[in-house]
Amino acid sequence: MSRYYLGIDVGSVSTNLALIDENEKLLEKVYLRTMGNPIQAIQKGFSQMHEAMPLHVSICGIGATGSGRELAAVIFGADVVKNEITAHGIAAMSQVENVQTVFEIGGQDSKIILIRGGIITDFAMNTVCAAGTGSFLDRQAARLGIPIEEFGSFAFKSLHPVRIAGRCAVFAESDMIHKQQMGCSAEDIIFGLCEALVRNYLGNVGKSKGIREKVVFQGGVAANAGIVKAFEDALKIKIHVPLHYDVMGAIGAALLAKEASTHFTVSAFKGFEFLRRECRTKGINCNDCSNACEIVQISMDNEPDIYWGDRCGKWRSRRQPA
Amino acid sequence: MVVTFPHMGNIYIALKAFFDELGIRSVTPPFCSNKTLELGTRISPESICLPLKLNLGNYLESLQCGADTFIITGSCGPCRFGYYGVSEKEILNDNGYPVDVVMLDPVSGMGLLYKRLRKITGQKSILKVIPALKKALNIACLADMLEKKIFYIRPREVNTGSADKAYGRFKKEVYRTHGIKNMLGLIAHTCDELGTIPLDQTAKPMKIGILGEIFTIIEPYTNLNIEQKLGRMGFEVHRSLNASTWITDKIFYRSLGFYKNPEVYSAAKPYLDRCIGGHTWECIGHAVLYAQQGFAGAVEVLPFGCMPEIVSKSILPQVCIDHKMPILTLVVDELTGETGFDTRLEAFCDLLSYRRRKINS
Repeated sequence: MSRYYLGIDVGSVSTNLALIDENEKLLEKVYLRTMGNPIQAIQKGFSQMHEAMPLHVSICGIGATGSGRELAAVIFGADVVKNEITAHGIAAMSQVENVQTVFEIGGQDSKIILIRGGIITDFAMNTVCAAGTGSFLDRQAARLGIPIEEFGSFAFKSLHPVRIAGRCAVFAESDMIHKQQMGCSAEDIIFGLCEALVRNYLGNVGKSKGIREKVVFQGGVAANAGIVKAFEDALKIKIHVPLHYDVMGAIGAALLAKEASTHFTVSAFKGFEFLRRECRTKGINCNDCSNACEIVQISMDNEPDIYWGDRCGKWRSRRQPA
Repeated sequence: MVVTFPHMGNIYIALKAFFDELGIRSVTPPFCSNKTLELGTRISPESICLPLKLNLGNYLESLQCGADTFIITGSCGPCRFGYYGVSEKEILNDNGYPVDVVMLDPVSGMGLLYKRLRKITGQKSILKVIPALKKALNIACLADMLEKKIFYIRPREVNTGSADKAYGRFKKEVYRTHGIKNMLGLIAHTCDELGTIPLDQTAKPMKIGILGEIFTIIEPYTNLNIEQKLGRMGFEVHRSLNASTWITDKIFYRSLGFYKNPEVYSAAKPYLDRCIGGHTWECIGHAVLYAQQGFAGAVEVLPFGCMPEIVSKSILPQVCIDHKMPILTLVVDELTGETGFDTRLEAFCDLLSYRRRKINS
């Protein structure tokens, strides 16, 4: 039987899964919206993957990444729990040859990863503002009544893009409304927004980083051809969007699981049986010390309760029979 | 009169012992927590730096325990900390707390410092105060050494968390310990306890230096326990600034026109050749020294809106390039999300590990 590895990326906007084989080839992928309910999204993602997977496949390793990685790990078990920067960097290196710069724009954050000589040498992530991220675009698309999937094609129709202040999401929105009231076309405003986002990204996240070719652009926002064009216009270089740009984080997590699998014999994966179990969560405030951690209790049928969110590890090590 | 003081790293250990020794009634505020910050934020200007908010939070919590006189150091320095004492007094009085704030401030002259110190110590003989002060300073140095020991143990301990457990007990015990002799005993006891922790002698952890603004570096609540996080990820941490070195440098060396660690300033020279407020000069100097000492990397921590450290932040990338050592900058404020903080820290550690693996192969 061949050995397969599963990666899951639980992000703020989307939850993705990727299944790779021993040769690091992607076999199946699942892309779902998290919709503010990561537990449900994780369960749904696993169930879709389970259906799509060839029968009699044994999962030899599982990796979790994204802001919900710890949650995914406590529910399904994971061999590797890694941050999304490492996961995205590893995935870009495996999917695109000679990559030196990775742009990744997701729902809540945007990052730049620099790769030299086959290792990540530097990275940066947006700091305080979400102006240069996918959820901002998402919101503006909803406001204009345009499905986010068609955002890119609208941008391409623009003849005279308008300049929109992109430093802050709130100001960008008022600026956009102002341009609308002036009578600018929706196409021009949309491409203006794309340019504003790129300006923000390059001035904030990409500032003083050596952007060298090949440049790979991944993450959900890479689906937007308008942003890709705006990047190419601004940098005057070709931007590569990999085939599986939307699940690169999950691919990275799977690759990390494969790499780690040499160190263990049995995967921590609890199996797909967990899909049918109902998951209930409850918040607890621990008042045992000044940290006052917010503990989350996850209960599943016929399973000991899972606690996490503590700094000291006292709750995490506690397993109560249900 | 019941005195209290804000938390700043290990200072509370020395101050508590000092006041108890002289029989001055004092309140040690509870450790900084979300509640402290929440209380402080409520009466602070919105855009002020994080330490002031925590100071005020400490005061309000001490106030509930009966304190009425607050002590703070000041420096009239070209950073907002110089105005902390004055602004804190105004803010507290404006909010209806008729408290006194005593600024122990060497910059405004030794005479004034002495007068203010007398205000706290009252009629107690100066022959008692000076030795107690000296012993308290010794406690501050020992407490910092204790932490240094923990930085060494964390990446090497066989059972993760042993050092933190012992140190957690120590911190709790400090509140129940009175006087200099007992405090020294407690430190010695904890030191022995740390010595019994089984270590993995084969471990060769990489070293990471912690740079940046002093309060954020030494107050674990503000930096989200960065030293513990790095230690548990298997890195040995070195702290560039400590409360004890800061006091000895400021009070003894500077007042005589010397520097405690002149090599730090000469290392910084190609980038910065003077003090521009805060600890920018030291930050740059330590970054260069870390690189020269073969550290794997360094992390700069600063509170949002810290003026001097913003300058360091823009100089450090050049230090990175010249000395080929990665440096990560983390900005903390009351809105810091821990997940984002962890993500960056973990990614930085991965970067360092891959780098080392590549250099070794």
